[in-house]
Amino acid sequence: MSEAAAHVVHHGPPTSFIRKHVFSLDHKVIGKQYYALALLAVFTGMVLSWIMRIHLVWPNAPIPLLGMLSKAGAPGGVVTPEYYLSLMTMHGTLMVFFVLTNAPFAAFGNYFLPIQIGAEDMAFPRFNMMSFWTTFIAFIILVTAFFVPDGPPLSGWTAYAPLSAVGKDSGPGEGLGQTLWGLSIFVFCIASLLGSLNFIATTLDLRTKGMTLARMPIVSWAWFITSCISLLAFAVLLPACLLLILDRVAGTSFFIPSGLNVSDHLQPHQGGSPLLWQHLFWFFGHPEVYIAILPAVGIVSHILINSMRKPMLSHKTIIYCMMGIGFLSYMVWGHHMFLSGMNPFSALVFSFPTLMITIPATIMTLIWLGSLYGSNLRINAASLFCLGFISMFVSGGVSGFFLAQPSIDIYLHATYFVVGHFHMVMGVAAIFGVFAGTYFWFPKMTGRMMSERLGRLHFWFTFIGTYCIFMPFHYLGLAGNVRRYSAFTDDFLVPLMPVHKFITYSALFTGAVQLIFIYNLIYSRFKGEAASENPWEATSLEWSTPSSPPPFDNFGGVHPVVYHDPYQYGVKSSTGDYLMQASPERAGETP
Amino acid sequence: MATTLPPPQVEPQVDDEEDLRPHNGNGGGIRGTAPAGGDLRAVKDPRGEPTRTGIWVGLSAIAMMFAALTSALYVREGSANTDWHHIVLPRILLFNTLALIASSVALEVARRRVAGFMRGQDSSRSSATVWLNLTMLLGLVFVVGQYLAWLKLRSQGLYLPTNPNSSFFYVFTGVHVIHVLGGLGGLTRVMVKFRSAAHLLRRSTIDATSYYWHFMGMLWVYLLFVLWMKL
Repeated sequence: MSEAAAHVVHHGPPTSFIRKHVFSLDHKVIGKQYYALALLAVFTGMVLSWIMRIHLVWPNAPIPLLGMLSKAGAPGGVVTPEYYLSLMTMHGTLMVFFVLTNAPFAAFGNYFLPIQIGAEDMAFPRFNMMSFWTTFIAFIILVTAFFVPDGPPLSGWTAYAPLSAVGKDSGPGEGLGQTLWGLSIFVFCIASLLGSLNFIATTLDLRTKGMTLARMPIVSWAWFITSCISLLAFAVLLPACLLLILDRVAGTSFFIPSGLNVSDHLQPHQGGSPLLWQHLFWFFGHPEVYIAILPAVGIVSHILINSMRKPMLSHKTIIYCMMGIGFLSYMVWGHHMFLSGMNPFSALVFSFPTLMITIPATIMTLIWLGSLYGSNLRINAASLFCLGFISMFVSGGVSGFFLAQPSIDIYLHATYFVVGHFHMVMGVAAIFGVFAGTYFWFPKMTGRMMSERLGRLHFWFTFIGTYCIFMPFHYLGLAGNVRRYSAFTDDFLVPLMPVHKFITYSALFTGAVQLIFIYNLIYSRFKGEAASENPWEATSLEWSTPSSPPPFDNFGGVHPVVYHDPYQYGVKSSTGDYLMQASPERAGETP
Repeated sequence: MATTLPPPQVEPQVDDEEDLRPHNGNGGGIRGTAPAGGDLRAVKDPRGEPTRTGIWVGLSAIAMMFAALTSALYVREGSANTDWHHIVLPRILLFNTLALIASSVALEVARRRVAGFMRGQDSSRSSATVWLNLTMLLGLVFVVGQYLAWLKLRSQGLYLPTNPNSSFFYVFTGVHVIHVLGGLGGLTRVMVKFRSAAHLLRRSTIDATSYYWHFMGMLWVYLLFVLWMKL
């Protein structure tokens, strides 16, 4: 490693509290801010899901404090059907935008992408700060919807028009609440675009010497590919939100058809196309699924290679597969619309590329499994969550085969089967990636280890708990249990109530055991065992920084030089069975 | 001097320590963007310059956004049974178009003069400043002209919600003008930096600003074509 520091004039790190911890330009602080925001959002979203689950099985049970939050939506704490939909909308919006987009991509990406490529910060630190604070404003706008008189919107996280477009007539929450939703997502799109731009420019331009594209770790590739997807996806949702807001507040008719009568009011709009919203939304919405899952794929692959102590069968193939998935993700949006009334023949056109996505997904899975076979996997909380990720990815992904076929989707559409599918493959799998990343990178981010015992306990409870929640969803869906109902009183649904009860108990249990994680996070932050420089004996550049957490400029005024591919494991070297990217040593040179 | 990072390398083996001297400027990076003396004229941008990359990435997002709006227009036209009423585009749009194209030309001239000044071929800033001012003026003319076009439509009773054609007209022109105003903001930044005694302007900044500005011109010609064809 060269000492280039002598030539460099440093602007020192900020000293004031505000510039250091609040309006910081440091990508590491911004990454942690994203993580904290995601934590706040995930717990809010989880509590909402608890309320929904409790209401589903005990429809008349008053829920403490809820009555105070919304007198109209939950009089005496008992959830009304409309308020159930509001809870569902807010749960989905919080989880998809503020958790699944923020945690694996914006949080970890911000923190580790610059370090992994040997940069001292993102390309545009000011934009970076703006991205976070814009996201935060979007979060505040969204949460404000809880406190406006009619409560949050009830059109789901997909905000289907015309329900989302016509205003108050279509239900409580469809007044100001829905407008706030549109505004929040509009602002979120701007934040995501700024963030993606930053990630792309950083990856392309700030790689240190020797860090060719081919030498970037898988997870950096995942963030890079995700930012490309995110750039083009949010660029479509942004104008879609603009048009939706105009329909609501300016009286235009982009999405509202002629002669629409809602609550006995003939709507003063004509000629709009509700399908147009679905096209625009899902053109964003499907790539969004991969914005959530690809960073997790990257994190998991990165950690698994480290835990297996040998290279993957082909880590580059995983990168190509991620590219393939990213490319295909733009051609499949119509599979969300098989039953929307669009031309049935177009279903075939969308079904084909959807099934094609299973090819790169399967290749990735086989590479993971093939690499795991015969490896001496180091079992710890991080690698357990990686295995959990693969399990969820496969279990949730397999049901995608069914849903991708229009003829089967006619039956399964809008049932709990779909809910089970996307919660497993997109929600839980991505969250497992975040957990794995947290256990793996916590020593780097804080200089302390997380408790391994609590980590394993957390894994097993969460792993079993999530299967108990989401596997029965598939059964419910096959039994014809429709989604979005707030109570199951129909004859054919009543016999399914025991299954719902089981799911509710599982959800309460799984949510509660997340407190183990929070305890571990907070306790280890202050009292955890001090971490050694490279506790996992990993190779990538984040473990070459002079301290944990890394100094303000990441490498202490030195530009690291990269000499190797990212995953030199299972080799002979002076350090043991691995060779760090920044080590000039050649494998096998050591006597 | 900047604490910048070496640009991406293509050679697989790295053992040339000499090349590790810091490059000047990490393009927008916070940690030392200016050399000790402050004069950026002699500074050569590194090969991978984030400002230039960033602007292309940003432009691709803007292009995608207008692609989405265009497809929305086509879909909406298809769903309209009776409410697709053609509107006559205000004549002033042609004048505005010429102003925007002329401003692009002016900026290109300005960019070359600025480059000449930075290389030391030109001793004074004045000629470049004149062209920058002209660019700014023509840009403002365009914005005012677009406003006049809206007034013209309003005088015909065509407001945002009147019919889908007027809705799309206002949305397309409005979103474009917001981006043009962003470009004018960038241009102001270039002018302020260019005039500063410490020579704070970088080549990459004016390059990026001019790519953005030319893109706004091309985008407008495209939008005008779509509006003229469809509305």
